Amino acid sequence: MRLHLFPLRQPGYIDSVDWSVLSASEGQRLREFGVCEGASIEALHRGGLMGRGPLACKVGRMTIAMRRNHAEAIDVRSGPETPAQ
Amino acid sequence: MTAIPLVALVGNPNAGKSALFNALTGARQKLGNYPGVTVERKSGRISLDDGRPVELVDLPGTYSLDPTSPDEQVTRDVILGRQEGERLPDALVIVVDASNLDNHLRFALELIALGLPTIVALNMVDLATRDGLELDANTLSADLGVPVIATVAVRKRGLDHLRGALEGMLDGGPRQLRPSVPDIGFDARRAEARRIARAAIVTETPSRRLTAAVDRVALHPVMGLVVLLSLLFVMFQAVYAWSQPPITMIEGWAAAAADAASAALPDGLLRSFLVDGVINGVGSVIVFLPQILILFFFILMLEATGYMTRAAFMMDGLMARVGLSGRAFIPLLSSFACAVPGIMATRTISDPKDRLTTILIAPLMTCSARLPVYAVIIGAFIPAQTVGPGIGLQGLVLFILYVAGIIGALIVALILRVTVTKGKSSGFLMEMPKYQFPRIQDILIGLWQRAVIFLKRAGTIIFASTVILWLLLSFPKPPVGSNVSPVDYSIAGRIAGGLNVVMEPIGFNRDISLALIPAMAAREVAVSALATVYSLEANDDEAALERSLGDRLKGRWSLPTALAFLAWFVFAPQCISTIAVTRRETNGWRWPAFMVGYLFALAYCAAGITFWIATAAGL
Ligand SMILES: Nc1nc2c(ncn2[C@@H]2O[C@H](COP(=O)(O)OP(=O)(O)O)[C@@H](O)[C@H]2O)c(=O)[nH]1
Ligand SMILES: [Mg+2]
Repeated sequence: MRLHLFPLRQPGYIDSVDWSVLSASEGQRLREFGVCEGASIEALHRGGLMGRGPLACKVGRMTIAMRRNHAEAIDVRSGPETPAQ
Repeated sequence: MTAIPLVALVGNPNAGKSALFNALTGARQKLGNYPGVTVERKSGRISLDDGRPVELVDLPGTYSLDPTSPDEQVTRDVILGRQEGERLPDALVIVVDASNLDNHLRFALELIALGLPTIVALNMVDLATRDGLELDANTLSADLGVPVIATVAVRKRGLDHLRGALEGMLDGGPRQLRPSVPDIGFDARRAEARRIARAAIVTETPSRRLTAAVDRVALHPVMGLVVLLSLLFVMFQAVYAWSQPPITMIEGWAAAAADAASAALPDGLLRSFLVDGVINGVGSVIVFLPQILILFFFILMLEATGYMTRAAFMMDGLMARVGLSGRAFIPLLSSFACAVPGIMATRTISDPKDRLTTILIAPLMTCSARLPVYAVIIGAFIPAQTVGPGIGLQGLVLFILYVAGIIGALIVALILRVTVTKGKSSGFLMEMPKYQFPRIQDILIGLWQRAVIFLKRAGTIIFASTVILWLLLSFPKPPVGSNVSPVDYSIAGRIAGGLNVVMEPIGFNRDISLALIPAMAAREVAVSALATVYSLEANDDEAALERSLGDRLKGRWSLPTALAFLAWFVFAPQCISTIAVTRRETNGWRWPAFMVGYLFALAYCAAGITFWIATAAGL
């Protein structure tokens, strides 16, 4: 399920990221924040009315804010992170 | 010749590099609990225990050696010895946040691979403990292959160890980067960082999550907005509610000084210079020190707690509509203090057009130099009454003026983004640090620094502008027996008379025109200039000398004129420093010229419209 639709405050992990829809610098920054296949992720807070605002989520131990278009590129599954990571 | 060894502090944003720099050097670099506080290289000296001096440099934080914004570029260049006129560092101190090791170690591994002598400062161990995380520095050190020293920068813990480790590092010959490191690549480094971080954990007990709980309110679409607006609202109420006793005190001192000078000196130039120029002129600005400090108190609190990034989060939706990102809101909020650091802080914005737009609208945020201007007019023309429980009318008007600045800035941004800085709107990606309780000494030091800066301004630029104005107002003297007023007859009076032809249609009088010219140097000068003019004019009238600037204004200006004057200052770009820093940050005169032009045009229109509407409304 795409991250922007993922229920809040539920453990999940990143299944895949569609890097092609992100600009090079945004992709780089997301990776630097720890966004990658297999990383644990938890959607925490949705900003803005009607879900149009940014999304705060926890990736590993870090809380980051991103926009909806970034969240749309991230596919998430519920459950604890994969042991493969 | 042996140069002093150069040691660079480097690491992720918000790891505590500047705090460590301050602790080691005794400097007072600005700290803040959000990424992007340090935007330029700063250096200082420390001496090691064996007496050797070391030059320590504090750098902007960055997530990797691939910079995405101008501040991160500086860090990369310094570390790799590419910065112009700068040598390769002799050693690196990598600062990592113990409570976020996975992420910080990835960058640390990239830095260690450079092959320079390196020490890791495992900082913020107190925060890790708060989160129930216990780490073993020795394991970490064995895995990383470099010394690891646990520190708590803000409590000066671990500094002796750090200095000791540095001593060992700095023996040895000239440094060079490891030639063409076989880079293991980003993903491998991340996996390695994770493995090392896990191995260093001694115990981990899930603990209460203060940050998540607060954020449920602070980031809530509705409640978060209420919180943000309430914070701003309380801030402006406090500027009035808390400041009266100290202001009355300072006014008392100024009046006593003016009386003493008048009594001690014979009527003449020297007395006029001291009383009209120095005491009444410069003193009229110093009176606002308490209000400025109250404003700064709130800004410092917002910065220290970690709320700044939450404000950016809340504002992102609105900022996106005008083609900016929530990230740009942080420099704008900093511009409440002063536009100069606000404009410098835009170095953290990666998109050049975003950055330029933010620079161009930064002067619209109401900086603290405008506070004296607003306060004197509000004090004179807005009655000190309450309009609701706990809501003072004066504070409300001040709040409205600030909001007018913000709305003006957003509208201008919107227009700029479809015209001169046209381009695709960039995204919003930001790390949100954990909340921290502000440390009282940090806040006090911050306030002290602002007070010193303000008093220095009063003693230099404001003093000089006021003295020059006093000179131009005092000469030439009208011939004896003529009934032309001395002010009208003076050089300044004549210049202002000329300018007044342009300013009269928007409701300004000669005295305002007179004050606006020296106020080009700094906005507060408008207040000291008016004080000097009216003090000079009041010379014959002994009773008038007793009254404050506010009382004098009330007698001479109509309400529409006063309101037009306020509207002018919401927009007018009257600050040499802002223009200079804009020139520096945009590398040329083109953008500062554009900025000054559009702001004056806006100021003129806003003042005019305010005046005409107020007049038509019969105020
Ligand atoms: N609790 C705690 N806070 C720290 C420590 N070091 C720095 N801080 C705080 O963390 C924030 C970021 O510090 P700063 O030095 O500005 O980080 P920089 O971006 O790396 O320069 C500030 O609010 C500091 O007061 C530490 O060891 N413990
Ligand atoms: Mg810093």
